[in-house]
Amino acid sequence: MMAYHSFLLEPISCHAWNKDRTQIALCPNNHEVHIYQKERSGWMKIHVLKEHNGQVTGIDWAPESNRIVTCGTDRNAYVWTLKGSMWKPTLVILRINRAARCVKWSPRENKFAVGSGSRLISICYFEQDNDWWVCKHIKKPIRSTVLSLDWHPNNVLLASGSCDFKCRIFSAYIKELEDKPAPTPWGSKMPFGEVMFESSGAGGWIHDVSFSASGNRVAWASHDSTVAIAEGGKTPVVASLYLETLPLLCLTFITENSLVAAGHDCYPALFVYDAERSTITFGGKLDVPKQSAQRGMTARERFQNLDKKATADNKEAVLESLHKNSISQILVLEGDKAKCTKFCTTGMDGGMAVWDVKTLESSMKDLKIV
Amino acid sequence: MRKKAAVCFHTMSKNTVSDRFRKVDVDEYDENKFVDEEDGGENQMGPDEAEVDALIRQYPFHPLSCWGPNGNLMEALQAVLKNPPINTKNQNVKDRAEGLVLKVLSSFKSSDIEKAVQSLDKSGVDLLMKYIYKGFERPSENSSAVLLQWHEKALTAGGVGSIVRVLTARKTKSSSNLRKHQFTLESIDVVRLIFK
Repeated sequence: MMAYHSFLLEPISCHAWNKDRTQIALCPNNHEVHIYQKERSGWMKIHVLKEHNGQVTGIDWAPESNRIVTCGTDRNAYVWTLKGSMWKPTLVILRINRAARCVKWSPRENKFAVGSGSRLISICYFEQDNDWWVCKHIKKPIRSTVLSLDWHPNNVLLASGSCDFKCRIFSAYIKELEDKPAPTPWGSKMPFGEVMFESSGAGGWIHDVSFSASGNRVAWASHDSTVAIAEGGKTPVVASLYLETLPLLCLTFITENSLVAAGHDCYPALFVYDAERSTITFGGKLDVPKQSAQRGMTARERFQNLDKKATADNKEAVLESLHKNSISQILVLEGDKAKCTKFCTTGMDGGMAVWDVKTLESSMKDLKIV
Repeated sequence: MRKKAAVCFHTMSKNTVSDRFRKVDVDEYDENKFVDEEDGGENQMGPDEAEVDALIRQYPFHPLSCWGPNGNLMEALQAVLKNPPINTKNQNVKDRAEGLVLKVLSSFKSSDIEKAVQSLDKSGVDLLMKYIYKGFERPSENSSAVLLQWHEKALTAGGVGSIVRVLTARKTKSSSNLRKHQFTLESIDVVRLIFK
């Protein structure tokens, strides 16, 4: 049910998959992007993309057009296209004076959004006449670094999570590219830069945001160990859950009602949304550790423990989870956000794990994915 | 010869331009500086001192034993956790609230602490945890021992998440004294909390 591959001994800064999931692009905590190909017996590095002058903080791989966009702390973004057997970069001027932190292709892949420490979001699209990527800025009312972004399926609305403790939904409508979008539960007038929703929190930095498959719900994970979901409407209804665990760093919807999230506790967990009661409940840990043999303690060990740690317990400070360090990114691998069958996590332990939803459901009693 | 050199260096530093600029807090002049939203704390007066004192005094003479021997300390705890002066800028109101909470916590018998914590809801446990760490910041005679007992039970109820919310709360500023209380947590959790 869980497959784990250790790529590096350092954190994987970010990763993205190609359309048929045979290749993974990841940043090995430096200025490069490495692309690995799945072989029968493991993973083989087939490309190294060298262009950034700073750590690569975001990678997104467009499934249909097969273009990769990367962004980094060097304040740049590059769009990479495969020419023969080489990936060729094209610089995109983001006009930011701080590090770029996250990047996402829109669903129709005709634009992408970059969040940065410049307290703004750059919406970039290709201008045919000038043969050149241009960008427009969404600035107000963002007051700190934008850490995460997620597009609504209508290709116009964009959810953002920021260090100013707010999750916001903006309109990133570009009139040169598309027709006026149809009304959504978040509103009907969507001029560029319009704030369609803003959370009221002042709890903690928003590490990740995710729209549900329909786009009618948005979830966010905050550094004060809370997770929240807002349901679009005339007055959006917000449900939140105060966790008893360490903060979550990443999350994604796997059905319209279920969220999988992970973070500093190193295991993915399920959260279930009940729209009628407007509640979020913890649905269970999705990591079944191998039961380590409990050996008995000698009297000497007991005394040593008492002397060193003031407790006679033999609880070892060893993580039993699959990932041995914080999980920083989670992506849907198979299926989609309406019905995800496999998802993938990468973390600070340099490892990548693939989780099979069906086998998780059948092997853990009490686990119900609705 | 050495004395001459020392005097020479001293006059050198005196002759350079004034270093008053080093004391200027440049962030104050940054127009993009993040300012928390004002949240109207003027009317927050904290828990009702009279009400809480009355409830403490009623113990142990309360006639209704069906409420248990600590019948009114439980109510005192609920009362003292009401109206927390989170947004007020008046430090006196905050100090008074902290003192009152410590008074109630100290009145409990050790064996009754667990039940008291279990009677609180999620936000109550979070608020209790905030008061506990506030109490650690200014220890008085025996206060830390009492607070540590409460901390153990509150941690079981609220998990490390409740401590994370103490660390991230912007309105209740916890000082760096927080790091001195590492011994209250498992070492691996502490490392992850402090360095992540």
